[in-house]
Amino acid sequence: MTVKIFVPRDAAALALGADRVAKALAREVEMRGLDVTLVRNGSRGLHWLEPMIEVETAQGRIAYGPVKASDIASLLDAGLATGGNHALCLGKTEELPFLKNQTRLTFARCGIVDPLSLADYRAHDGLKGLERAVILSPADIVTHVTDSGLRGRGGAGFPTGIKWKTVLDTPGDRKYIVCNADEGDSGTFADRMIMEGDPFLLIEGMAISGIATGATKGFVYIRSEYPHAIATMTQAVEIAHKAGVLGSSVLGSGKAFDIEIRTGAGAYVCGEETALLNSLEGKRGIVRAKPPLPAHKGLFGCPTVINNVISLASVPIIMDKGPVYYKDFGMGRSRGTIPIQIAGNVKYGGLYEAAFGLTLGQIVDEIAGGTATGRPVKAVQVGGPLGAYFPRALFDTPFDYEAFAAKDGLIGHAGITVFDDTADMLKQARFAMEFCAIESCGKCTPCRIGSTRGVETADKIAQGIEPEKNLALLADLCNTMKFGSLCALGGFTPYPVTSAMNHFPDDFRPVPLVEAAE
Amino acid sequence: MNLHLSSRDIDSRTLDIVSEMKSLEGPLLPILHEIQAEFGYVPQEALPIIARELNLSRAEVHGVVTFYHDYRDHPAGRHVLKLCRAEACQSMGGDQLAERVKALLGIDFHQTTLDGAVTLEPVYCLGLCSTAPAAMLDGEVHGRLDADAVRDLVAEVRA
Repeated sequence: MTVKIFVPRDAAALALGADRVAKALAREVEMRGLDVTLVRNGSRGLHWLEPMIEVETAQGRIAYGPVKASDIASLLDAGLATGGNHALCLGKTEELPFLKNQTRLTFARCGIVDPLSLADYRAHDGLKGLERAVILSPADIVTHVTDSGLRGRGGAGFPTGIKWKTVLDTPGDRKYIVCNADEGDSGTFADRMIMEGDPFLLIEGMAISGIATGATKGFVYIRSEYPHAIATMTQAVEIAHKAGVLGSSVLGSGKAFDIEIRTGAGAYVCGEETALLNSLEGKRGIVRAKPPLPAHKGLFGCPTVINNVISLASVPIIMDKGPVYYKDFGMGRSRGTIPIQIAGNVKYGGLYEAAFGLTLGQIVDEIAGGTATGRPVKAVQVGGPLGAYFPRALFDTPFDYEAFAAKDGLIGHAGITVFDDTADMLKQARFAMEFCAIESCGKCTPCRIGSTRGVETADKIAQGIEPEKNLALLADLCNTMKFGSLCALGGFTPYPVTSAMNHFPDDFRPVPLVEAAE
Repeated sequence: MNLHLSSRDIDSRTLDIVSEMKSLEGPLLPILHEIQAEFGYVPQEALPIIARELNLSRAEVHGVVTFYHDYRDHPAGRHVLKLCRAEACQSMGGDQLAERVKALLGIDFHQTTLDGAVTLEPVYCLGLCSTAPAAMLDGEVHGRLDADAVRDLVAEVRA
């Protein structure tokens, strides 16, 4: 009987040698004349164990990792094909605590299926949400999404259902669904993992969105830094088109919806929705003033739903299992689950989907296992380069949009980047300003000029030049940027800067005179 | 990538690409990507042709080309090494690693080695934040880099 062995094709696994492992496996299997089917799946999200390979057995899938190409011969000797024991054997995949304790709704299939097998997708409950959507009225679909409490997972947390309702209610000959896959925030990779590991989920979510709002065309704008995601999505769209999941009659419903994949060109600001729309139109990625909202006048002036990958990927399960099922997870006004991306200096990095409400301390100390370097955790940046640095003192903050806002922070796209005690927070604050200066679109002055002045001021503080005066100046500059910028790039850059100043004042003290005199 | 293109080659290939893609909605970025894939950079000579065919001003096309970090105005080295400079990689010693790479290659970011072997570029996040520090060499990703791994990468591009 053919044995299925899974070697991930996710970029994180590839970065650690998954292709070499797959090649070695294919070669050894052929040499030994074994009956093995090699499946290139997505990642399960246990990135410290990548490349993590799995074998399907009667008892379920057995995992091995981290595997090197040179381990393959000994793994096969130990009976890999039947789940045999080996020093790298991790036991049953489903029983690994990191996976077992998660609530995987959006990532239910990621790492399990062959990303480009529509049959596999269907066999794992795929397309059930779309099948239900095509028999409902657009208004009913929108009500489902609204009732689920789903909020935009890109960072802003705007209720997805309300956005869709606005587009549904806005008359237009042509409407668009735009998927924001310009996942530029450091510390985040959930969008990438879905696109590489379960692309049909995003396609299904976009098709539901199109049917719900009367849009017939969708674009996925993927950053150029994600060549693997672009390749997988492009192939998946072709497959979906051929199978009638996309096209002039979605699942035979008579309703049309098609998707085109577009590649960004290395501008972080294009993750901002209006800059992204300009970029899709072939213009510079300059932020637009709002109003008009994209829901009224978006792509090419037409009513447009613009949602993040994870927002759209959360919709199929809401349609399949109903809004109440989804809403029952979470806390406060943050409903459902959130894929937390554990990154940076951590022992157990990867993707951890859970209902809202875990505390930051639980995530960092228990799930992530502290730092990879073994040194004490100093700061955790939550929400990417525009997110605040949290000290240990705030580790009781629960993962919830409002709770983080109350502590002058943000969840953003739910990436958390851990730093050990060697981090220099003045340097991190300076980097936040530098990054803003590099990536500013230049339209508004607080962001364009403020960021450059911010770098200079941080440098003066580091050099001990009138530190008190320059600290006050930096705080004032942050205030101007926060309230005077047109979009979140200039408006949120102050989060990492002021949080670093407030929580780690020691790092902003002037250098001792002795050093300066040397 | 042919480095010895005549301007006539550029003109005719550009026209082919534009003609093929101009029916796309918002065709400019896809066209520029294709031109860069063809020539290895976006030649100045291509801009007036794109502008004419898309009914844009040359200033508009110039504005778009220069806005995006990806588009080059001259060819890169035979290899392009992109090192992630963002926070997650910083937390795992990315800055020190970058200094090491620069020293090994004898160049700074945005520069190409004199032998034309490699261009070093910063990149702000490859989405490999759980396997930091990360880099991309000619489109291939590399994670959990350390001093030995970057030495191997540099040796590879120098070979």
